[in-house]
Amino acid sequence: MIRLNINGQDRDVDVPPDMPLLWVLRDELNMTGTKFGCGIAQCGACTVHIDGTATRACQTPAESAVGTKITTIEGISGKAAEAIQAAWQKLDVVQCGYCQSGQIMSAVALLTDNHNPSDSDIDAAMDGNVCRCATYPRIRAAIKDAAKAMGA
Amino acid sequence: MLHHLIKQAAGDVAVAAEPVTASRRSFLKGAGAVGGGLVIGAMLPRGAFAAEAKAPTIIGPADPRPQAFVRIAPDNTVTVLVKHLDKGQGIMTGLTTIVAEELDADWEQMRGAFAPADSTLYANHFFGIQGTGGSTAVANSWDELRMAGAAARAMLVATASARWNVPVSEITVEKGVVRHAKSNRTANFGALAEDAAKLPVPQKVALKDAKDYKLVGNPSLHRLDHVSKTNGTAIFAMDIRRPGQVTAVLARSPRFGGTVKSVDAAAAKQVPGVIDVLTLPVGVAVVAKNTWAAIKGREALKVEWDDAKAETRGTEEILADYRNLAEKQGNVAANKGDAEKALAGAAKVVEAEFVFPYLAHAPMEPLNATVELKPDGGCTIYAGSQFQGVEQKVVASILGCKPEQVAIETQWAGGSFGRRATPNADYIAEAAIIAKAYGKAPVHLVWTREDDIQGGRYRPLFLHKIKAGVDAQGKLVAWQQRIVGQSFMTGTPFEAVMVKNGVDETSVEGASDMAYAVPNLAVDLHSPVSPVTTLWWRSVGHTHTAYAKEVMIDELAAAAGKDPVAFRMDLLKDSPRLQGVLKLAAEKADWGKPLPKGRARGVAVHESFDTFVAHVAEVSVNDKGQVKVERVVCAVDCGQAVNPNIIEAQISGGTGWGIGHALRDEITMTGGVVDQANFDTYQPLRNSEMPPVEVHILPSTIRPTGVGEPGVPTAAPAVANAVFAATGKRLHHLPFTKSGMV
Repeated sequence: MIRLNINGQDRDVDVPPDMPLLWVLRDELNMTGTKFGCGIAQCGACTVHIDGTATRACQTPAESAVGTKITTIEGISGKAAEAIQAAWQKLDVVQCGYCQSGQIMSAVALLTDNHNPSDSDIDAAMDGNVCRCATYPRIRAAIKDAAKAMGA
Repeated sequence: MLHHLIKQAAGDVAVAAEPVTASRRSFLKGAGAVGGGLVIGAMLPRGAFAAEAKAPTIIGPADPRPQAFVRIAPDNTVTVLVKHLDKGQGIMTGLTTIVAEELDADWEQMRGAFAPADSTLYANHFFGIQGTGGSTAVANSWDELRMAGAAARAMLVATASARWNVPVSEITVEKGVVRHAKSNRTANFGALAEDAAKLPVPQKVALKDAKDYKLVGNPSLHRLDHVSKTNGTAIFAMDIRRPGQVTAVLARSPRFGGTVKSVDAAAAKQVPGVIDVLTLPVGVAVVAKNTWAAIKGREALKVEWDDAKAETRGTEEILADYRNLAEKQGNVAANKGDAEKALAGAAKVVEAEFVFPYLAHAPMEPLNATVELKPDGGCTIYAGSQFQGVEQKVVASILGCKPEQVAIETQWAGGSFGRRATPNADYIAEAAIIAKAYGKAPVHLVWTREDDIQGGRYRPLFLHKIKAGVDAQGKLVAWQQRIVGQSFMTGTPFEAVMVKNGVDETSVEGASDMAYAVPNLAVDLHSPVSPVTTLWWRSVGHTHTAYAKEVMIDELAAAAGKDPVAFRMDLLKDSPRLQGVLKLAAEKADWGKPLPKGRARGVAVHESFDTFVAHVAEVSVNDKGQVKVERVVCAVDCGQAVNPNIIEAQISGGTGWGIGHALRDEITMTGGVVDQANFDTYQPLRNSEMPPVEVHILPSTIRPTGVGEPGVPTAAPAVANAVFAATGKRLHHLPFTKSGMV
């Protein structure tokens, strides 16, 4: 049995210690907002926050997350999260939407640390999140919009 | 693509494009109205639309029943039943907008829901079965949903008229409020719905004039999924969790066409969580308690494959075979004038060989489907279902039930780009086969990314050889083009319609019917066969034909010493809509204005799926040959814009799709085994590589056409032509890395 702290709650799961956090969330805890995209940390669809840092859940063995604070798309809150989600909605960023949980998790982590990201900050923070619909221009615009809203 | 089913089958697209009058369809009240509310549906006369268009009869005769498109609930919500799959292109929003407009609803009260699978009610009128593709969804729903909205509005007004005892002519409807101004009475739709449902459905309804549109064409409407897809609550097929469900992954032959020779499942069965290993005609299925266990179980499998019927060539060998084939005349796709003779007399002749690689669709949501068997011998499928009409038939044949016993709960799809629509139901058939063999619980079949990248159904590898000439005045006089590539229609129910005289229209569309005025045109086609599975891929034939045409025409302009835009404008005198987008894109992109050193512009223009698009790309190329797309301007004419906000997104996204793959993507094989496996080797376009894209929509009140695919064809050739302008280098082999770029 492994104890994980997810969105502020302790959850006990009976899984092999090497099971990636992604599958613990999706298959054991039925938290399906975190997505499976590639399984090798190349697409970012599975991005969660571990102690506030954007992390690919598909390459995070469950046991390595013990003792950390895990936040998923279902549990994000706070100023940056609210600003990012509002901007995403205002600009209708989504198309198919499958990558967007991960995009948002990366964007929230970026804005939490950096209230006024430059284009190259956005490149660095967001290049790990693939969007096959290529919603990238609106993602960039939404991050800037959210940054502005937070500063206001 | 399939759009052409109707064109080719009917030989007259006007049949389908002609506005349908109310008298051609009868509006019937849905049986079993939901929640006491109003249910409106347009019911086609037996087979009407499809029969007129002589669409392929891959479904049985229509069994007309009342069909519902609009549901108005007592809580004042209006739900539009959407017969098409929304895979990101925004059709849930688009179709809901059309109904809301005629209904004079308030956008806030509108909802969308995927319609159940039923081709007798929800056929795509271009296909004759229920399905989404070919950028047809708005075009084929336009009349049907305007009339459904208008009929519902008329019934609400009639109800208010009776209730208030005032003439219908004195009642207005605005933003979801039915009003009698003289007596200062109002009612919302929900309050009228129950009584309205008791009225007969009007046989004739008046439709709005475009100048009165408030929602259609309104850029401020939000997508219906803009909240659920930003907080993790939107449910995709991958997120379906049925009681007791198990997860399966399938081991497939590493070579296309290979079959299972022997299986040693001992180690796989030892993996904790693995429940069963099933050897099936489609491969070896590992059934497990969860996805991780299924994946680990498959890794532990030992399977020997029989390659007797498999493709064992690599892509280099396949290409060499195509080059040999291209030495010979193929099946004639176009033959106008005498290209051979005209070339002999041309002042300047340009020749080029173009190569287009196999490409994977790789939608973000890997393919998956859940199949739950029902006691009556049928089943329920949960999937991002794109070809419901095909899937019902295929799964029925697997289970030995009737197609109508195969229920499909269509889910949001995490992209498709053509991949989820397959003529043989492909991954959904696999899920049904496994569910039937396992038999004990709902089965969720999951493809991993590796399964997806290596699993075929690629945009086919294509070779084009083109020879074209201009006369002494620089006028285009001859065009000869030979195309070699697999047909994905071969062996499918679509073959009979789509392949005529050995020519698959989807292999030559955009080439054999090119809009440029050329008096002597010859296009022919070879369609070699291989076990490598191929499929339509966002914009289908236009993915390669538009590129070859637009790069070639640029070379001809250079040979003629003419400006690339002016040269095209001159050749498009009979195509005012192409001229319109070309002119607009050129203007907005400051065509002709000087650029800093190292930067250059390129242009391309093309029609696909009855939509017209021009791209102007601005690039910089550094001394290492690294291409950076700095700016893209495009113009689109898709007729009446239904949702400008979504059109902008689709054309911009299509631009990223076109450019992203052209830069570096290809699926190659060595000895028949695919060399790429995941996003580390098949590298998607990333945020920092996406150029700013400006989309300009031509104002129009012509019947709307699609935008899901038409943004793709001109994006890459515009970039290639800009690279030529910057470097003098022609990019004939895709991806660009095969033409010496980085």
